[in-house]
Amino acid sequence: MPEPAPEPTCETAPETTPEPALELRGITAGYDRREPVLREVSLTVGDGEAVGLLGPSGCGKSTLARVAALLHRPQAGTVRLAGRPAHGFHHRAPRELRTTVGVVFQQPRLAADPRLTLADLIAEPLRATGRRAEVRVRLPALAASVGLGGDLLARRPHEVSDGQLQRACLARALVLRPRLLVCDEMTAMLDASTTAALVAAVEEYRREHGTALLAVGHDRVLLERWCDRTVEFKTLLPR
Amino acid sequence: MTARLSVRELSVRFPLRGGRTVAAVTDVSFDLAPGECLALVGESGCGKSVLASALLGLLPGNARVRGAARLDGLDLLTAGEAVLARRVRGRRIALVPQSPASHLTPVRTVRSQLEETVRELTGARGPKLRGEAERAAERAAFPAGHLDRYPHQLSGGLAQRAATALALVGGAPLLIADEPTTGLDRDLVDRTVDELRRQVDAGHGLLLITHDLAAAERIADRVAVMYAGRVVELTGAAGFFGTPGPRHPYARGLLEALPERSFTPVPGMPPELDALPGGCAFAPRCDRATGACAAVPALTGARAGAVACHHAHSHAPEAADA
Repeated sequence: MPEPAPEPTCETAPETTPEPALELRGITAGYDRREPVLREVSLTVGDGEAVGLLGPSGCGKSTLARVAALLHRPQAGTVRLAGRPAHGFHHRAPRELRTTVGVVFQQPRLAADPRLTLADLIAEPLRATGRRAEVRVRLPALAASVGLGGDLLARRPHEVSDGQLQRACLARALVLRPRLLVCDEMTAMLDASTTAALVAAVEEYRREHGTALLAVGHDRVLLERWCDRTVEFKTLLPR
Repeated sequence: MTARLSVRELSVRFPLRGGRTVAAVTDVSFDLAPGECLALVGESGCGKSVLASALLGLLPGNARVRGAARLDGLDLLTAGEAVLARRVRGRRIALVPQSPASHLTPVRTVRSQLEETVRELTGARGPKLRGEAERAAERAAFPAGHLDRYPHQLSGGLAQRAATALALVGGAPLLIADEPTTGLDRDLVDRTVDELRRQVDAGHGLLLITHDLAAAERIADRVAVMYAGRVVELTGAAGFFGTPGPRHPYARGLLEALPERSFTPVPGMPPELDALPGGCAFAPRCDRATGACAAVPALTGARAGAVACHHAHSHAPEAADA
């Protein structure tokens, strides 16, 4: 295929050319060195792009999501977030990199600290990164954008439904304005209406902030409707 | 196996501190015949699982229950714990649980858990016990090669099948499946519900509690839509999912939220069950609401299709066949 000649650098170019939000190169990862779940997997999510990753239960797609979110250290391969290579994972991930990616998990009951109110749950990343002052400014608007009204924010997880708690988890994942949002089966526990509402909230936020999305799931109809493109997990594995 | 479940005006209330009350289930009535699958669908937090717990006598101690739920003459709501434990659970009503990973004991293998259940429910001992447990696994399509694994060594789908195998051991005529497909991928959902459907075709009654409308469409004979603790529509599954479609505005909205359809959520959120609005609980979210909705609409209509709405979508009479 003939490649178009690269454009000469334009004088009015923005200060940075947009790097892909996520670049996974040759990732080998798993829980047993002899039997890795992922073997030399590569995947790119462009700046502001929404990619749906499809695969059956147990295929390794959640492991890939965890690697992308710097929560699981791969045995080999490189992870770049917004162009910057990741050197540490999990609690060793450097803060400035960790804050470029937000994650929403499948089960809000397991993800959310049961002792925190929804307001504290959402605000915790701001407090943990020394941005306490932004809480009062950002929290009400962000909570409203995921559909959480004032009274709900004062409640704790056991006092709200799964759908409401997942809305709070989504707001928490977005509160640091990540470049990439990773949704690992975000709506698998939820009913059709709550699913549509959460997806609409993500899309509304992405339109405003240009956040890229890696949505992992098994619901083809949902991910095709939601994302710019979908990738079959099995096509990422070596033949 | 002639279990007919008959639920009449079942209500469940949880008193809270400060005098408030959670109205989890309100005036729910339905029948479930042998060889029939009734799907109970609705948004999370609408009271579906509380209803299941009420039928199994598994409500927490502070629950206040009214109404009746009879299974072949035995009132499940007034039966004592001894009766429920020795004669009902596992033997006449079996539960296929929502979250098999937490339902199974993590410290014992699937074989050990199956054998215990077989021993308790059938009295089998010795070599017969081993064979019965293996047959139970086979009935739920649980692979024999995985019987000696611990729950954490199973995928979500296999854990679900292990839980289903446990539920089927006692040959209970009534099965209650509480969100049996949550978190499973589509292939596994299909296999899980097809397995449940096989049990229905073998004469079991199945109450399928789910928010997965595709799963309900696949195996249900009838559908009950629950909203804010009440059944707002109870009708045949074919007409509900196909033509002429649901009659209640909420049921229509729920179907339209599917990504296969318009992918638009029902506006707003369900009301809090401890602060239900007077009148129709759906009125604040409903585009058909009028002054009439200040009165709670009764569930009216034939068994073939009942709806609780003052402004239900009407069906052309010729389209309302079974």
